[in-house]
Amino acid sequence: MSTAHSEREPIPREPILQVRDLVKHFPLTQGILFKRQIGAVKAVDGVSFDLRKGETLGIVGESGCGKSTLAKLVMNLERATSGQVRYKGKDITALRGHALKAVRRNIQMVFQDPYTSLNPRMTVGDIIGEPFDIHPEVAPKGDRRRKVQELLDVVGLNPEYINRYPHQFSGGQRQRIGIARGLALRPEVIVADEPVSALDVSIQAQVINLMARLQSEFDLSYIFIAHDLSIVRHICDRVAVMYLGKVMELGDEDQIYEHSTHPYTQALLSAVPVPDPAGREERERIILYGDVPSPAAPPSGCVFRTRCFKAQERCAREVPLLAVPEAFRGTKGPAAHPSACLFAEELTA
Amino acid sequence: MTTSVNTLLDVRDLHVEFRTREGVAKAVNGVSYSVDAGETLAVLGESGSGKSVTAQAIMGILDTPPGFVRHGEILFKGTDLLRMSAGERRKVRGAHMAMIFQDALSALNPVLSVGDQLGEMFVVHRGMSRKDAKIRAVELMDRVRIPAARERVGQYPHQFSGGMRQRIMIAMAIALEPELIIADEPTTALDVTVQAQVMELLAELRRELRMGLILITHDLGVVADAADKIAVMYAGRIVETAHVHEIYRRPAHPYTKGLLESIPRLDQKGRQLSAIKGLPPSLLRIPPGCAFHPRCPLAQQVCRTDEPPLYELHEAGPGRRSACHFWKECLGEHGT
Repeated sequence: MSTAHSEREPIPREPILQVRDLVKHFPLTQGILFKRQIGAVKAVDGVSFDLRKGETLGIVGESGCGKSTLAKLVMNLERATSGQVRYKGKDITALRGHALKAVRRNIQMVFQDPYTSLNPRMTVGDIIGEPFDIHPEVAPKGDRRRKVQELLDVVGLNPEYINRYPHQFSGGQRQRIGIARGLALRPEVIVADEPVSALDVSIQAQVINLMARLQSEFDLSYIFIAHDLSIVRHICDRVAVMYLGKVMELGDEDQIYEHSTHPYTQALLSAVPVPDPAGREERERIILYGDVPSPAAPPSGCVFRTRCFKAQERCAREVPLLAVPEAFRGTKGPAAHPSACLFAEELTA
Repeated sequence: MTTSVNTLLDVRDLHVEFRTREGVAKAVNGVSYSVDAGETLAVLGESGSGKSVTAQAIMGILDTPPGFVRHGEILFKGTDLLRMSAGERRKVRGAHMAMIFQDALSALNPVLSVGDQLGEMFVVHRGMSRKDAKIRAVELMDRVRIPAARERVGQYPHQFSGGMRQRIMIAMAIALEPELIIADEPTTALDVTVQAQVMELLAELRRELRMGLILITHDLGVVADAADKIAVMYAGRIVETAHVHEIYRRPAHPYTKGLLESIPRLDQKGRQLSAIKGLPPSLLRIPPGCAFHPRCPLAQQVCRTDEPPLYELHEAGPGRRSACHFWKECLGEHGT
């Protein structure tokens, strides 16, 4: 594998995080005493992207596409099989101990399920203050209570709630607690894994607005992982579309949503129900048949070909690389963005 | 009675409460709606709005205790289900009305093959032999487009993917060609591409069999795609009903309006999301007056004291109702 397909166009702000050819294979073993590896689940299979300072990069895909594993790899919660995650130019996948701890201060995570990601036996103050126990240099002991109350205020919770327990809060409030904990160490990057998908519609908007406000206030860079394409469009500057461990298409919000060239992205977008009944009879839909294949035995060639409406014989033989398709190379239009398809083209309306 | 000939199901002033240790939770407070044959009614609401409890009361699968139907009528083709004996109701369930649940994995029996579960419908309701029932099970699986039905009929629920399991649930629901199907968040657990497949299948079967459908969901997109008419629920009450085209263009209740403005849309970028402030109330302590008043931008003194009736808005279209004292302002404000 090479890094040839990484982007080389001039970029407005320097990348804070560079992911290069990241791979995670979970071994499948057989036997109890003498374990033999009989295969591997290719959860993440050669993913590359840049996260620029102050931007929000959305990662979308269906369940099982590897987006959560990718989040864990970026956080170094899971060791990569190969590839690099460079934070400010330095590879962090090989770091351990103190060096890793120091880096983690700057990359924090917000989890999906606000009901299980908070310890029910700890008070809110202890939960939000726990990062200070691990990184005491950020807040001296006597100062912590005040810091926690400040954080509660920042995420829109009453600072007097500091002694309450998670069960005394609603789902949306719990997600605010999770965000406050993520913010405690003043990180530069926040990886948010489906931060609003467990919340009710009227509460989702509150949390999304909060995240947008915090981003400009603290100059944060987000990796925003979600399956909801409407939310991703709303909050993200750039979007990576994943399928079976690979990035299928990568571009800014307009390029992906208005000028997608990959059939998977096109099908995904057309499957999202639009909350407007006007003209619903005329709406054209690309319906994909079948299910996502198992990542333990991905199809040869293009991994999407088994469900693709454009698939041809060539797709079974050649692995399409994530690069600007030849047809658009040299053009300046919005269709000229990386797309891993041999037959990439925009849909004609 | 004033019901039309076509009316399949007519729920009238339904009240359901849960008697819990902390007090009485008023889950459903005077819900009325009706579904005609071949029509799709979407019941829209967030968690705790009472939309699923209403459905459970209709199907007769409410957990009693703690749940009790305190008042109301559920007329199915003119007969009140609530006055039937348990045995009579069992005959209605499955043969005349069926339900599709959100989580197919927990709704299916893990230790019976899908063929046995599908066939059971024919054995119990139609008195068929097991052998004949199995043949019908394969036909059903074909009908909901499960590939290789003959080979897979002996497999167990865990051997199917999420989308395929939901198809099995649908197959089970349509097995006896019921007149009414209640689908409770049928696609919430599914990915969008699979959701599109399942919704398409459901729409097609509904047209073919001319079934009435109650679609319970929180997804405004799914509603816009599939529904004929909508009932919006909040804190156990219906706050607005309308034809599907009306409600998206001109909501007549501030809650509906808030919901529409708070969702990000795929076809619109850069619009600031205006979130509804605050939280839905606890069903143990529903606020006096209008239950939505603590979160409502239009709330006045009268909203804190007087519970608004479900006003008929004749000028705004047929079947249009809103439980807001200020529905005129709500309609007008949106129009300008």
